[in-house]
Amino acid sequence: MLDQKGLQLRAAFFRAIRNFFQDQGFLEVDTPIRQPLVIPEQNILHVPSGSHFLQSSPELYMKRLLAAGSEQIFQICRCFRYGERGRLHLEEFVMLEWYRLDADYTDLMADCEKLFCFLEAEIAECNFPVSLNKPWRRITVAQAFEQYCAMSVEQALEQDRFDLLLVEKIEPHLGSNRPAFLYDYPLELASLARPKENQPGNAERFELYMAGIELANGFSELTDSVLLRSRFEEEYLKMKDCPEKTHKIPELFLQELETIDSAAGIALGLDRLFMLLSGQNNLDAVVTFSPDDLDI
Amino acid sequence: MLTASDLRKGLKIQIDGQPYVITHFEFSKPGKGQALYRCKMRNMITGNQFTQTYRSNEKFEKPSLEERKMQYLYNQGDEYHFMDTENFEQTFITKEQLGGNVSFLQDNMDLDVLFFDEKPIDVTLPIFVNLLVSIAEPWVKGDTSGSDTKPVTVETGFVLQVPPFVVEGDKIQIDTRTGGYVTRVKE
Repeated sequence: MLDQKGLQLRAAFFRAIRNFFQDQGFLEVDTPIRQPLVIPEQNILHVPSGSHFLQSSPELYMKRLLAAGSEQIFQICRCFRYGERGRLHLEEFVMLEWYRLDADYTDLMADCEKLFCFLEAEIAECNFPVSLNKPWRRITVAQAFEQYCAMSVEQALEQDRFDLLLVEKIEPHLGSNRPAFLYDYPLELASLARPKENQPGNAERFELYMAGIELANGFSELTDSVLLRSRFEEEYLKMKDCPEKTHKIPELFLQELETIDSAAGIALGLDRLFMLLSGQNNLDAVVTFSPDDLDI
Repeated sequence: MLTASDLRKGLKIQIDGQPYVITHFEFSKPGKGQALYRCKMRNMITGNQFTQTYRSNEKFEKPSLEERKMQYLYNQGDEYHFMDTENFEQTFITKEQLGGNVSFLQDNMDLDVLFFDEKPIDVTLPIFVNLLVSIAEPWVKGDTSGSDTKPVTVETGFVLQVPPFVVEGDKIQIDTRTGGYVTRVKE
């Protein structure tokens, strides 16, 4: 449980984030936390809430707001992912998502650089473990596998070792001196992202790392509803053991997204960012109440 | 059967027919990727350690461990001898297998011995033990280090920090889980 000093710092952190996005012309929005259907993701288990599910991300409704005319929006909200618990995982956590119309993933990378520098300037107690001096490192997924695993991404995927190698061999090197962007993921690992021009096997998706810890996932949105529908169907097939496999395709979402030409969006775990900013190495030490602080 | 999501520090699992205890545990899940469970484990028979990362679909067997009420008798070199208090059968466990538990063994102490495949591999100590202080330096008043404890050695050779008033010949209670001083015991 946070002490008075911790509560003050956490409040200053949220205040600074809101100030940053307001200064940049973003509108703060809120969307339903309980969702009747969810975007299929084979590795995310949703927490049921009556006939609905608690959100694992607000992305579906954020994108519908873009389609309805918003140009720059952000949201700070609670998200839920069943079974994810560890030093860097909480089943209930705070997510920051922001979206830009007529933008791509490189614009989001620039936002990240600006946001972190703003926090460092704004919050006196800010104690990031690495320097924020630009340029931040940018390394493609293909380069990372060549450099740290001596194999191609294709080989890693074929052997079903992508995640294992990423966690054990690559992540520890990412963001060790300053933050790093790992970008251009294989298309099959980015079901909602736009394929990269001239590289149809890759998607415009990136992850942001600091001190080996993954902080954010951003991408250029795929807005082609035909393609999206087939990606959803593929994802449902992969969810063979998942009790949510009966979910329907979010039709309204597909219809409305079709009206967008280009957009980009990103999800950033705020508890992790706050943990790094406050010089801690365990999420339980930086949330108001950790799961172990609750009555059970 | 256990699944990967049951894994946690302190859990005992069986791998290739051998019992292991998980000594370090870390959950990880790369963005949009699979859950991974990284475990450092100690073989409960050989003491060998190794690290392995498991995925959520992996399954584990519980090792068939049995606890028996026994009494600690004596040690002969690195062999620590115990007697079953029901059938009076005797057996021994090596110093290596006992690890830090050696520090708290007293002659005739009642405890639980853990058996795997009919072989004794470990002991479960009582939470508190009373041990005699064999070496204690007098506490120097005005100690500039500013600490309000001093080190003493107990009859088993174990060294711990205690309050200044503890002297040689005192009996003190120790928490075997932490190795920390609890209180001075009057006999």
